Amino acid sequence: MTAPEAELTVWKPAESRPPPRAATGALGWIRENLFSGWLNTLLTIGSVYLLWVAVPPFLDWAIFSATWDGASRQDCDLAAGACWPVILVRWEQLMYGFYPNTEHWRANLAFVLLLVALFYGLYDKAPGRKYGLLFVCAYPFIAYFLLYGGFAGLEYVESAKWGGLLLTLAMGVTGIAFSIPFGIILALGRRSDLPVISLICTVFIEFIRGVPLVTLLFFGNVMLPLFLPEGTNIDNYLRVVIVVCFFASAYMAEVIRGGLQAIPKGQYEAAAALGLGYWKMMGFIILPQALRISIPGIVNTSIGLYKDTTLVSLVGLFDLLGMARAINADTKWMGLEIELYVFIGIVFFITCFAMSRYSLWLEERLTRGERH
Amino acid sequence: MNASDPIIEMRGVNKWFGAFHVLKDINLEVARGERIVVCGPSGSGKSTLVRCVNRLEEHQEGDIVVDGIKLTNDLKNIDQVRSEVGMVFQSFNLFPHLTVMENCTLAPIWVRKLPKAQAEEQAMALLERVKIPEQADKYPGQLSGGQQQRVAIARALAMNPRIMLFDEPTSALDPEMIKEVLDVMVDLAESGMTMLCVTHEMGFARQVANRVIFMDEGEIVEQNDPEEFFHNPRNDRTKLFLSQILSH
Repeated sequence: MTAPEAELTVWKPAESRPPPRAATGALGWIRENLFSGWLNTLLTIGSVYLLWVAVPPFLDWAIFSATWDGASRQDCDLAAGACWPVILVRWEQLMYGFYPNTEHWRANLAFVLLLVALFYGLYDKAPGRKYGLLFVCAYPFIAYFLLYGGFAGLEYVESAKWGGLLLTLAMGVTGIAFSIPFGIILALGRRSDLPVISLICTVFIEFIRGVPLVTLLFFGNVMLPLFLPEGTNIDNYLRVVIVVCFFASAYMAEVIRGGLQAIPKGQYEAAAALGLGYWKMMGFIILPQALRISIPGIVNTSIGLYKDTTLVSLVGLFDLLGMARAINADTKWMGLEIELYVFIGIVFFITCFAMSRYSLWLEERLTRGERH
Repeated sequence: MNASDPIIEMRGVNKWFGAFHVLKDINLEVARGERIVVCGPSGSGKSTLVRCVNRLEEHQEGDIVVDGIKLTNDLKNIDQVRSEVGMVFQSFNLFPHLTVMENCTLAPIWVRKLPKAQAEEQAMALLERVKIPEQADKYPGQLSGGQQQRVAIARALAMNPRIMLFDEPTSALDPEMIKEVLDVMVDLAESGMTMLCVTHEMGFARQVANRVIFMDEGEIVEQNDPEEFFHNPRNDRTKLFLSQILSH
């Protein structure tokens, strides 16, 4: 039966060869991406034309014919170009609102500490990250102590005086920092096996999601004081920030719930089979994977929340947008909306773009090495 | 509790999925060190039976006692049983965000409260036992199916379980990888582990099982030692099943 061994062919796998080279070089890229067919060629030409029409006049207005020096709008040639002195002269108000001049260093320090906290919170290879994370958790308290003051010789600064970018960042950072953990709790609660907990979380989420933020802001600002006993004085900022936090949490919860639902049942079973209880299962196995999946949604919600904080200018807070409107009401600078809005646009773009790039970087990094 | 007492005891166990009666009056005793293979057509309730032992499925009637602990709704009992019973799944269910090493040390550290160094030392020994120590720092997604299943076995063994449950451990594997997993299971059987395996690997059943159980329609139709079971089935349903799976 058995054939002599010499008759067996020795099989050797064929040598692999490198993949065929794609058309390279700048010219090849241009042809492939911009002129690959008549439709693409048409679109390319159309786009170039639009850019040609829009960009040079804007640059001329914003830079070449703009006025950079001056003390009021009288110094600007408004017909020719932008009047940037409005930003430079009112810089401090745009940054700090009515925060006392002598105390600006406190806001600056809070900002620098924010950068440190972001570095430790967002960069997982930071040196000494264990202690860094403790600092991240402590940061919101440190920042609020610094900004409010009223201890250790620091002058008390009521929140009504906060404004500009300071206020925008304070609300945005508080909202995001609060909404992620609270959103996790709500999401877990909504999926809980205990009907009471699940019901409470569901009602909370659906109520908040069913009402526009502006309505909630007015509710917090105008109606809440009516319900509280007379003489109770929660300051305006605090009321608004609580509303913003709750609002963001409800959205965050739904994003995270989406992530939780994407985790296969087998992961729960494997964790349970090893004897991990509910919290260990969630903390070590389920949430790390669910949050990873949710990163794009979490960042999306964060960016949305951060931009939504501009709505507080409607209830009498002077955030970046509210401040701009206040400046515009000043006779010295009246009619310079465009300059102010362009400036605000740039500020928001920088922060939001940074968030979105960070999320891409994080996704890339977290999935590296575990691709299936 | 005597050493001669059964380690798993099921008395009159019934379970329904909705209106579907999936386990019907199951009575089963498993002795310490016994190796049982459970087979049967799909939908026969064999996986459910095994999953009831660590309460991944809840039974509605009857008693299940595992190593002297009765399975009730008491969460403490359930977690205690689960840490004594290792389980290997058809689809591996490794934790994809953790390395192989972390997969094998997480539960020992957080459930058994082992110091990290000791847990890692033990995990490394187990990875050597399943013959993949060199993969310790990789993520599950970077391994082949057979390697993943061997990690899953090492992960379960890391808890020093007294019983190992296998739920069709080779069904999701490419043919060439089945043997490497079965080799590990044979090695485990020879070390005296109590094993309850749902599998259709009849070669494995012949080689290591003390007893083969055949299930259909939620009932234990027949059980016997492998020799008798394969050559001398008593029940026509068993005979039909064997002829179907052994005819190729």
